[in-house]
Amino acid sequence: MSVVEGIKENPVEEFLRTDRLPHVWCSGCGIGTTVNCFARAVKECGIPLNDLAIVSGIGCTGRVAGYLRLDSFHTTHGRAIAFATGLHLANPELKVVVYSGDGDLVGIGGNHFIHAARRNLDITVILINNFTYAMTGGQVTPTAPLDSIETTTPYGVFEQNFNLPHLAASCGAVYVARWTAYHVMQVKKAMVEALNKKGFSFIEIIAPCPTIYLRRNRLGSAIDELKYYKEHSVIQHGADTRDVGIDIRRPEKIIVGKFVDIEKPDYLTAMNEHLGEVLGDKYVRWGE
Amino acid sequence: MAEIKYTTADPKGVLTGIHYMDGNHAACEGALAAGCRFAAGYPITPSTEVVERFSARIPLVGGVFIQMEDEIASSICLQGAVWAGLKAMTVTSGPGISLMQEHIGLAACLETPCVFVNVQRGGPSTGLPTLPGQADMQQCRWGSHGDYEVIALSPSTVQESFDFIIDAFNLAEIYRVPVFFMMDECVGHMTEKLVIPEADKIKVVERRYTSKPPEEYLPFKPDPDLVPEMVKAGDGYRFHVTGLTHDERGYPVINAQAQKEMVYRLVEKVEKNAPKIWRYEEDEVEDADVVVLSYGISARVALKAIEMAREKGIRVGRMRLIVVWPFPEPRVKEIASKVKAIVVPELNIRGQVAREVERIVEGTCRVVRVPHAGGTVHDPQEILDAIMEAAK
Repeated sequence: MSVVEGIKENPVEEFLRTDRLPHVWCSGCGIGTTVNCFARAVKECGIPLNDLAIVSGIGCTGRVAGYLRLDSFHTTHGRAIAFATGLHLANPELKVVVYSGDGDLVGIGGNHFIHAARRNLDITVILINNFTYAMTGGQVTPTAPLDSIETTTPYGVFEQNFNLPHLAASCGAVYVARWTAYHVMQVKKAMVEALNKKGFSFIEIIAPCPTIYLRRNRLGSAIDELKYYKEHSVIQHGADTRDVGIDIRRPEKIIVGKFVDIEKPDYLTAMNEHLGEVLGDKYVRWGE
Repeated sequence: MAEIKYTTADPKGVLTGIHYMDGNHAACEGALAAGCRFAAGYPITPSTEVVERFSARIPLVGGVFIQMEDEIASSICLQGAVWAGLKAMTVTSGPGISLMQEHIGLAACLETPCVFVNVQRGGPSTGLPTLPGQADMQQCRWGSHGDYEVIALSPSTVQESFDFIIDAFNLAEIYRVPVFFMMDECVGHMTEKLVIPEADKIKVVERRYTSKPPEEYLPFKPDPDLVPEMVKAGDGYRFHVTGLTHDERGYPVINAQAQKEMVYRLVEKVEKNAPKIWRYEEDEVEDADVVVLSYGISARVALKAIEMAREKGIRVGRMRLIVVWPFPEPRVKEIASKVKAIVVPELNIRGQVAREVERIVEGTCRVVRVPHAGGTVHDPQEILDAIMEAAK
């Protein structure tokens, strides 16, 4: 409820733990924007909020679970997907969303990411990519483009980074999209699609970290960054994911869009089908 | 306060009858009888038979087994399953339990009722994959960072691998702690008779779900026994849990006061309830000069040495720990005040349990360690020699 007369309620307030505000994110940070998109996407999907569970790891994006008024789990660094695996398999009626950062999900948590995609677990993974371990002050992550200045690469990054849409797609994800924090309508739409998708759905959202990444790399303010996203993003739905890598700090174009949207049996469907076939009537079907 | 609700085992998971099987298979059957319907694991000798059996049995019972990509994943995957409403376990051995430590701390912090089965082998590192050890006894107690308490049980026989793992699951539910089931390669791989009773003879504890409506429920507000009531995902409570230090609402609070309140309760809920958790077995302790205190396979080997010593006329008592942690301090103290010595055979060389005995008896009696590096069990003669030396 707003205290200012004449101003309507925040449309996403019912999704938020308002008793936990203000949040920890810096001014200009892209994470909150995506949370707003997420709340609107959930609303649009019509998923009953009691059936939706959110799991985060550690880091700035790892704090998302704590601000959403859902069954929410703030787990350990990198292991949100492994926790979500148990949550989903034990109660397939839950809609399980993993919401975390690049360092968390594909640095320390990379193994769980690739295996969950391989298994085609019916979960949605939303990854906010700000190219840095922001919570710990800005160390290099596996997504940081070449030449990025991070506190642990003070002379610039010289190792190759991950192309996340390609990583997800090549491991078996059935839905893969990338947008930026500028593309709020597209982000919301992608979230709706991902939430409605049966199987491992993955959205990478490139987001500004003005306090650390942008400042240290002299890339300007959050507004400058959003302008950059606006001017340099190229929408290429269905792009070959091999070609969407972001290997330098300010590429001429960031390819965004929905790259993968295919049908494949998810883990539990495959399990029930296979065990039902092999074991016949003896098999106790799970989650159906 | 949520009452502790006892029920009987779901017959679907109970293989009633007389069997001949090894401890690992028996532990699996015990878990199923206890109501475990989810296991996440990663192959590791000498524990793998537990999950192999689970993977074969669970499709016939109703539940899920998933072989995760590693032990780190297994040890948190099972916690997801618990928060979705199932009873769950993971199974491993030395290197695996080392990898799982962060999530043992998470389970302690989130108060996730769950069972970690550790079929111990020789260490450190890859050590002796196929041979026994009892060298993870301190690790299971202290292995994760920070202050917390766990419960650990140790079976000596195949029958106990079945019986006590049911107790392990029940204790996990009552106290909402990670419970360790500390087997070893010998118990895991020895084959003997196992009697699985009728389902209605098996006592099972239900989860402490709250009956409060969401607006009155606080996820970490403890009952008078210091254990909070639980909820599960999907029930409309829209609760939050975090591995950060948190308050009764489950919200992170990063200060010394919140830390004090949380860690003291995590420790005290086990410490103060310890008399209800201790399980041990004694014989001929009352007029003994020497008491042999042991656990797991070593307690079984010690039986022979005790018999030999008694034949020689030495008054030897026996105390076998079934629950090793929390440690039955008052009873051990009492025994120490009456005997010349306590002899502690175990398959590690640093006195992982003997050290605890030494700490507790405070010099009241001698504590004679009977260390063994693992790889096999003690020769009963070694334990006998220690008893004779102690009786002098």
